[in-house]
Amino acid sequence: MILSASGLTKSFYRKTANSNRFTAVDDVSIELKDGVLTVLMGRSGSGKTTLMNMLSGLLQPSSGSVELDGKDIYSLGDKELSRLRNRSFGMIPQGQTAVSSLDIFENIMLPFFLYKDSTPQDEEYARELMKRLDIAHLEAAKPAELSGGELRRMAIARAVVRKPMVIFADEPTGDLDDENTSVVFEFLKESAHQGAAVMVVTHENDAKSYADTLLEMKSGKIV
Amino acid sequence: MKSIAVKNIKGRPARSVILVVISMLLTFAIFGGTMVISSLDSGLSALENRLGADIMVVPFEATTQKKFDDIVLQNAPGYFYMDNARVQQVLEREGIAQASEQFFLASASASCCSVAVQIIGYDPETDFTITPWIKKSYSDSLGELDVVVGNDLNAFVGDTISFYGVDCKVAAKLDKTGTGFDTAVFTTKDTIKRLIQSSVDLGMNIFGKVDPENTVSCIMINAAAGFTPEEVVNDINLHVKNVKAIQSKELISGVSDSLGGVSGIIRVLICAVWILGVVILLLAFTMSVNERRKEFAVLRVAGAARSRLAGIVLGEALMICIIGSILGVLLGFAVILPFNGVIEQALGLPFLLPGAGRCAGYALASLLLCTLSGTLAAAVSALRISRIDTGVILRGDN
Ligand SMILES: Nc1ncnc2c1ncn2[C@@H]1O[C@H](COP(=O)(O)OP(=O)(O)O)[C@@H](O)[C@H]1O
Ligand SMILES: [Mg+2]
Repeated sequence: MILSASGLTKSFYRKTANSNRFTAVDDVSIELKDGVLTVLMGRSGSGKTTLMNMLSGLLQPSSGSVELDGKDIYSLGDKELSRLRNRSFGMIPQGQTAVSSLDIFENIMLPFFLYKDSTPQDEEYARELMKRLDIAHLEAAKPAELSGGELRRMAIARAVVRKPMVIFADEPTGDLDDENTSVVFEFLKESAHQGAAVMVVTHENDAKSYADTLLEMKSGKIV
Repeated sequence: MKSIAVKNIKGRPARSVILVVISMLLTFAIFGGTMVISSLDSGLSALENRLGADIMVVPFEATTQKKFDDIVLQNAPGYFYMDNARVQQVLEREGIAQASEQFFLASASASCCSVAVQIIGYDPETDFTITPWIKKSYSDSLGELDVVVGNDLNAFVGDTISFYGVDCKVAAKLDKTGTGFDTAVFTTKDTIKRLIQSSVDLGMNIFGKVDPENTVSCIMINAAAGFTPEEVVNDINLHVKNVKAIQSKELISGVSDSLGGVSGIIRVLICAVWILGVVILLLAFTMSVNERRKEFAVLRVAGAARSRLAGIVLGEALMICIIGSILGVLLGFAVILPFNGVIEQALGLPFLLPGAGRCAGYALASLLLCTLSGTLAAAVSALRISRIDTGVILRGDN
């Protein structure tokens, strides 16, 4: 299983002295392999989030393609691409991502909830994840009652509850303390070893020690 | 697990209640307004039916009475008489197909009634205006000293009511009509003549010593084929002295004019409330969805298709509007059914609630209209959220 992108470019409208376009991601080619934890570092504004959104099927590239096992994901219609994201991609976006009207367990089960296709085994797995991430006691709590670190662990459980082939994490430890930070990296590392392709965008220098592949972005390019 | 839309509604009780209340008020205004307009319309046609004749002929001096309109239209207590000679002259004119005499008497005080009531006597042999009404509630013919009472009177079948010392038996109670019929008492020519005689004997008749055998209050007339009511009215007024012939159309024109005015105002109000309600719902749904843009982006990340996001917004709106509309219709019934008498008095117009079937029809139509317009208002937000740029929102709190 391989997610591979070639010639990925994304430009946005932005008025500057000599052009109207601003290229956030510039002709990037990248491969995410199962079992591999890829760490992507780079300064703020270098295009990391934009790249990750294109790889995860959320942002249509200006040019270039993203292929999952040889199939161009952007050739799919919205319904199919959404279903693919639901089944094969797990994403931990930047910031807080709780759905406030759902409790923690329901938030974690959201990918199943959307397609109403959970089995008792899936629920069991969700509970197991909650134990491992130390949020089992919060099962029936509402997001408003949780701390930042707890919410982040909830978002991680949600991203992996369907056992996706590819896991994306965008600065998953940005607002966490050291202890929570290492819990998160350990968990992502473990997921990679269990066979997922994992890509983590981070500022954290410690992350280098977890990386199987270390990449850096500068001005929209991988260097 | 329940649907996400249901969870969202339950998860934000305050917001949901406000939206439900808005759509409830919207439905209430439309349903209530329609009911009032329709009741006024039915009231007017009940009034037209109540007159039931093209032409009414009354003693000329009666028309100068201040309460004349109220007496003939609303059955307000009051009476006037002309002698048989005048009646005879009227009946001899051309163009009359049907004619029937009526006799009025206001009761002084009766056990049934806190206020004086109008007693109307008709001639069962010639009558064509009152009998059809009475037939709806009472199919037998009235015997001696039998009366039929209007729906609002506090007297029931089998009761005895005394007028000027004469005991009368309540043979029937009329259905609600929304007109002066509801507060009047009806009886035959023979019975009312005894009552008039008794009022004279007691010295309580305002006309002093009238002879019941030589008094008629009015003549109801239908024009014959080949004659217009106008021609007959003009002919009578020209050739018979001391009477006044009036077209029914003219009599109720005052009422139907003000009725038209009131329904017009209500129609404008309904439109205004409807537009306002839809705009408020539009804003409210837009706000409620905007506030949750990040949550919708999260659903998208978790694999929701664009159409699914739109479906969630529409689902929420549909549930809220259905609940609100049902409450609005119930509120409408709760206000109009018990208070229709108050509304009638406040408007000062005949007011007759439509039948159960029509009410149900209006209720259903208001429910559908409000649910539809509320959901349409949400469709704008649904469309916008389905075009969500997940990437931009997720970058949002960098
Ligand atoms: N939707 C957008 N419209 C305009 N400019 C954008 C948009 N998304 C990203 N950018 C620009 O692209 C550049 C890269 O952004 P981003 O990928 O978020 O960087 P990073 O995640 O590395 O901090 C930034 O300069 C940002 O302003
Ligand atoms: Mg970023």
